Amino acid sequence: MTSQLDVVDLDAGYDDLQVLNQVSFRLQPGEIGCLLGPSGCGKSTVLRCIAGFEPAWNGHIFIDNAEVSSRRYSLPPEQRNIGMVFQDFALFPHLRVEDNVGFGLKHLPRRERQSRIQEMLAIVGMPAYAQAYPHQLSGGQQQRIALARALAPRPTILLLDEPFSNMDVELREQLAREVRSILKQENNTAVLVTHDQNEAFAMADQICVINEGSILQQGSGYDLYHQPNSRFVADFIGQGVIIPATVEDSTTVKTELGRITGDSIIDAAPGSLVDVLIRPDDVIHDDASEESAIVVEKAFRGANFLYFLRMDSGVEVMCLAPSHHNHRINERIGIRLDLDHLVIFARAEAG
Amino acid sequence: MRDRVDDVTRASARLLPQLQLWRPGIFLVAILFSLPIFTIVSFLLHPANDIWQHLLDTVLGEYLLNSALLVVGVGIGTLVIGVGCAWLTSLCVFPGKRLFAWALLMPLAFPGYIIAYTYTGMFDFAGPVQSLLRELSGWGFRDYYFPEIRSLGGAITMFTLVLYPYVYLLARAAFLEQSVCVLEVSRTLGCSVWSSFYRVALPLARPAIVAGLSLALMETLADYGMVSFFGLSVFTTGIFRTWFGLGDAAAAAKLASILLLFVFTLVVIERWSRKRAQYHHSSNRYSVLPQYRLRGYRAWLAFLACLLPLFFGFVLPAGQLTVWALQTYRHMVDASFLALTLNSILLAASAAVLAVVLALFLAYGKRQFRGPLVTASIRVVATGYAIPGTVVAVGVIIPLAWFDNRVDSWMSDHFDVSTGLLLSGSLFALMFAYMVRFLAISVQSVESGLGKIRQSMDDAARSLAYTPAQILLRVHMPLMKATVLTAFLIVFVDVMKELPATLILRPFDFNTLAVRAFELAGDERLADSSTAALMIVAVGLVPVLLLSRSIATARAGS
Repeated sequence: MTSQLDVVDLDAGYDDLQVLNQVSFRLQPGEIGCLLGPSGCGKSTVLRCIAGFEPAWNGHIFIDNAEVSSRRYSLPPEQRNIGMVFQDFALFPHLRVEDNVGFGLKHLPRRERQSRIQEMLAIVGMPAYAQAYPHQLSGGQQQRIALARALAPRPTILLLDEPFSNMDVELREQLAREVRSILKQENNTAVLVTHDQNEAFAMADQICVINEGSILQQGSGYDLYHQPNSRFVADFIGQGVIIPATVEDSTTVKTELGRITGDSIIDAAPGSLVDVLIRPDDVIHDDASEESAIVVEKAFRGANFLYFLRMDSGVEVMCLAPSHHNHRINERIGIRLDLDHLVIFARAEAG
Repeated sequence: MRDRVDDVTRASARLLPQLQLWRPGIFLVAILFSLPIFTIVSFLLHPANDIWQHLLDTVLGEYLLNSALLVVGVGIGTLVIGVGCAWLTSLCVFPGKRLFAWALLMPLAFPGYIIAYTYTGMFDFAGPVQSLLRELSGWGFRDYYFPEIRSLGGAITMFTLVLYPYVYLLARAAFLEQSVCVLEVSRTLGCSVWSSFYRVALPLARPAIVAGLSLALMETLADYGMVSFFGLSVFTTGIFRTWFGLGDAAAAAKLASILLLFVFTLVVIERWSRKRAQYHHSSNRYSVLPQYRLRGYRAWLAFLACLLPLFFGFVLPAGQLTVWALQTYRHMVDASFLALTLNSILLAASAAVLAVVLALFLAYGKRQFRGPLVTASIRVVATGYAIPGTVVAVGVIIPLAWFDNRVDSWMSDHFDVSTGLLLSGSLFALMFAYMVRFLAISVQSVESGLGKIRQSMDDAARSLAYTPAQILLRVHMPLMKATVLTAFLIVFVDVMKELPATLILRPFDFNTLAVRAFELAGDERLADSSTAALMIVAVGLVPVLLLSRSIATARAGS
């Protein structure tokens, strides 16, 4: 099977500090991957290794099936045919937009270069700004130019290092979707680095959750949300609480909110104590239900309310309810569970 | 864990091929150019000799008192004019405000000694002002009181007139940087326009004002040309007298070390204030500052308050110099004057080129090998600018003379050849002193330019298939052009104006415009010194205009 990018058992770091530990992942042509993790987890280091700015201590990186990094060898960045979009965009302030976009096209004859510049400006929707200087553009515009500049030489892989973190929050998801459609249009293979799950969901086909230099889980946004394989992933992606439960048989556990039956085999003996992940959308507000809880806090989200509820045992859960169900603090409301994906963790030692 | 082979280097941090000699080179440059400073500082601990005891008994008290009076007087003067004008031009609206905003910097073009000659020529007994007064009134000699320019008070006035722009510049920048919110909040809390100035704007700007003040006072302490012309006994004139009058280098160096102590105090105050000025920046929201529109007599008072410093600090003395130059250029501008001018320009240009090359070497070195030792080395080099030219000269000549004597005795012992003073009286010594004093400016300028080229720009260019050499050519050079040029210009102008170090270290019979103006003025040929003086002022205007252009356009957040 051919892959466009193959990272194998990558170790890397700065000076004497090892940052990455056995990182492996692979992208097919046209696939958009995302490295998602909290700040300082090493995700940018992976990107800088792929780009060739940092050497690999161990392991290998293959771009288009050719080895570019290993313990003994590092192909210089300028020979890797990669494109990169930086957090601060790094547009050259002394050059006009068209010259920024054409910066990586120095090998082309003038006419071809011009037409590629025009083409790229059209793709990012900024044909009118060819003559402008970077400082005359807004943040979102600068970012599009940075994208156009990186894509102009038709890189094998595009690397995006927190490309939206300098943007207004409202703009981020919209831009992420825009960038995705541009990348898909050109059938680019890309790696995005971000700490924002919404950006990752909006852009990526494949998401790798990284923490402390290791990949914890890899999959689609849907999988990561509904089938987290660790407490860290469960906590980092989406909201939710972990409540105690007792295993009843190979597919069912009993909780304070009632029995839950999952579609997979539980890896614990009946009668043992486990923890179960409950997402806010797993808890349905239903006045007819036997189970009830007291509203401790609530947050209005426009289309819905996020309720923080305390059950009689003192265990707290969250509940996402449609916004016309407006209840007061301290009011008792009926709830029931509606859960398809049973996520179970061994009971934490500390309790 | 990390037995990587050598050919794998971190591409981003090492833009240029790693040169083995670069890092030691940085240390060498730092040691070399801080040698004079350490020489002088070492004299603080030097045991006292008879002459030092004599100085202590007789003149040291006077030096201290006069320097203190000078510093206090200039401090008050520059503070009042600098802060006042800065407030008016940044937060008020009145006729001529736009012009004043940059024109108020123009007095910076006048070196202290030149404005001193000009005012002396205008206001002393034989000058046009007193002559006119006598003619109109019929008074004779001693019939009337007229303030003596050549006095401590005169010196305070002269220094104030040319140094207030330092306070003005930094205070204005601080006022403009203050966030609108802070000022508006104070208004909503019931402060009037004026009380929000005293209670909010002024305290917020205080660190910047203190920084500007320290710069002005450093210049005051460093001056030799004016105080020697006025015959004032302060440290710089004392160092000259001790060295050339009493012939005692050690005592002169000890005096210099005490002066250095005061200067370092100012440097520390200045750095500390600048640091605080950053913390005082609480909000990042800027919009058009509220402007208080002044009307009627208030507008005219503001106009006058800005006009007077500009008039007395620049227009009047520049006009007088021009008049004199027109009267005297026929016999002053001859082949020797042109040779002199060329001499000055060549000297200043070569010093500036050297300063820029060294600065590029240091600044790129710092970017490549970040580390505390490299940073410390560059910081040591950067203190040179605060050190008075007189002190630098003494600090340069002592180690060079030691070196010359060693070489001479070794050569005589082994080859029976006397090499004499190999370096001390040479252009090398002069150039060395200029680097000690002015390298700081070029380093600062180049570093700020390089700081704007973020690491990600290098990375971006490499990801677009550019080699390091191509990046230097296509990205760094165009971006650095302006700062390198600025660094060159400022060093060039400073060398043109420099007097005391040149006076002490120049080779025999080697003259510059500044030295010539000083000599002619010393011979009471004030009008004759005007052509040289005018050229120095004209050259000095170049960086001032550069500065004023940036002041006119720069405003955070807009």
